[in-house]
Amino acid sequence: MTRAQRAGRYLVLTGFFLLLAGPLLWQLSLSVKGPGDDLYAQPPQIIPSDPTLDNYTGVLDRVPVLSYVWNSGLVALIVVGGNVAGATLAGYALARLRFRFRGLVTGLFVVALLVPIEAIIIAQFLLVRSTGLADTLLGVALPTAVGALNVLLMRNAFQSIPNELEEAARIDGAGVWQRFRHICAPQVRGVMTVVAVFSFVGAWNDFLWPLIVLSGEENYTLTLGLNRLRGTFVSDPRLIAAGTIIALVPILAVFALLQRYFFRGLQAGGIKG
Amino acid sequence: MTTTTTITPSRAGQARGGADRTHDRWWAPWLFLAPALLIVAVFVLFPFVNTLALSVTDATLLKPGQFIGVDNFVRLAGDERFRTAMVNSMLYVVCVVPVMIAAPLALAALVNGTTRILGFFRTAYYLPVVMSSVIVGLIWTNLLDTRGLINQLLGWLGVINEPIGFLSDRWLTLISAMVVTVWTGLGYYMVIYLAAMANIDRSLYEAAAMDGAGPFRQFRHVTVPGVRATSALIGLFSSVSAFRVFGEVYVLTGGTGGTGGQNITVTMLIQQEGTGLQAQTGYAGAISMVMFVLLGGLLAAQLWFQNRGGDK
Repeated sequence: MTRAQRAGRYLVLTGFFLLLAGPLLWQLSLSVKGPGDDLYAQPPQIIPSDPTLDNYTGVLDRVPVLSYVWNSGLVALIVVGGNVAGATLAGYALARLRFRFRGLVTGLFVVALLVPIEAIIIAQFLLVRSTGLADTLLGVALPTAVGALNVLLMRNAFQSIPNELEEAARIDGAGVWQRFRHICAPQVRGVMTVVAVFSFVGAWNDFLWPLIVLSGEENYTLTLGLNRLRGTFVSDPRLIAAGTIIALVPILAVFALLQRYFFRGLQAGGIKG
Repeated sequence: MTTTTTITPSRAGQARGGADRTHDRWWAPWLFLAPALLIVAVFVLFPFVNTLALSVTDATLLKPGQFIGVDNFVRLAGDERFRTAMVNSMLYVVCVVPVMIAAPLALAALVNGTTRILGFFRTAYYLPVVMSSVIVGLIWTNLLDTRGLINQLLGWLGVINEPIGFLSDRWLTLISAMVVTVWTGLGYYMVIYLAAMANIDRSLYEAAAMDGAGPFRQFRHVTVPGVRATSALIGLFSSVSAFRVFGEVYVLTGGTGGTGGQNITVTMLIQQEGTGLQAQTGYAGAISMVMFVLLGGLLAAQLWFQNRGGDK
């Protein structure tokens, strides 16, 4: 690569960086602008002249953001727990146990993959409503508590364990649960983490389903609460900005801590919705 | 496979194949499967069958409804809102998908490498992917508003005298939502391309360099053909997700779908028709079936593709 090409490369990279990070930086800047700042100054000011944290306390005072975070956390907890446990168990059975109808059951999970969630969401709502779970966090969490895609991902992971390993344990008299618990499950921890990470992000960011299921504000998850911000503070972008920054902190923390699993998930599991 | 032998240590050590090995209880696999099977059957497969059943009735939220045959579908054909929603969702696919196939590939080629700074760029580009459509929508509302940053900048540069109605004009709103979708998705597809590029044989690049090909020609003649299967997969996948678009359009239009529903998408239509006290669940079911027919095929093609190309 010539020098000019290298320079060009980093120029384009930096340009994209500004395009992707710029909106976030502007939001951050808005969120700390005080009453003394002219929001509509020309040229626009990225550095606030009257920096303050009042917008943050303002949002927290007027909107129960922390309760939204708590609700989202509860939903995410159920979804992550359900997916890690449910998909790992089912994936093991599909990959390593032989039983009648195994092909049929695998087929059912594949069929479930082919149904776009939006196409069944009204029927899901009617179901949740008829069981009395409408407007509850459990109602939000249950339909995604075990995803068919995760089951198939875990199945693939279990299939890649060499047979000899489990066979040796079997000869030593290990029952199915022992073989699962002590031989096979430890081999697929990485994929389990991937399932956990993506279930978390999916549950934390979901908007359509909670919007349909939840009506009472005390049950609002973070995405619903944020959507309400726009109506509440329509005249003050600073407060909206502070609200979005608060909402971003948990997900960015998860991303920073588990970054490699985000990348590995896409690489190992193929494309995931 | 219906033996119920208890788990006993098998004798002789040379248990091979099936004859002499320990048998698990026949119901053991079903215990393992139970939670997943229950959730998927109850919350995916049953609602699907129910949607199919709903689509041929005039059910509302408050009454089960009568069988009316294909009347809902006939009504759809003449429904102005449905047509608008289809046009918007289709346009979304047509405009967003080519960008999602091409731009992330270029981005991936640029950030491919082992230096720390490239790693930093990769992480930064991926960041929007983990953000919810609501947050992204709010961030962009602050940018695209008539008094937002973009209008401010354009006004300051003297490009415009009047603020541009990015969020009020029918087509500009749709384009704005597409920009937001692309902004969020770039990093996602970039990572998938990076994985595909890691599988390209290094010697191809060396051979190309030997023949005097610079970075551009190497990209064009080695990278692009090398990730062709991935491009096709991304095309399928991004078509499905573009057609399903909901959050961005919902937030940018303040939940309304624009003045007179001009920016409504198919998912928004399902949500509007199928929820609330006036919900026409039968009619919403019919819209859902149309969506299923359009996307089910694409999803099946994607699955077939994934199983064929690697993923072992």
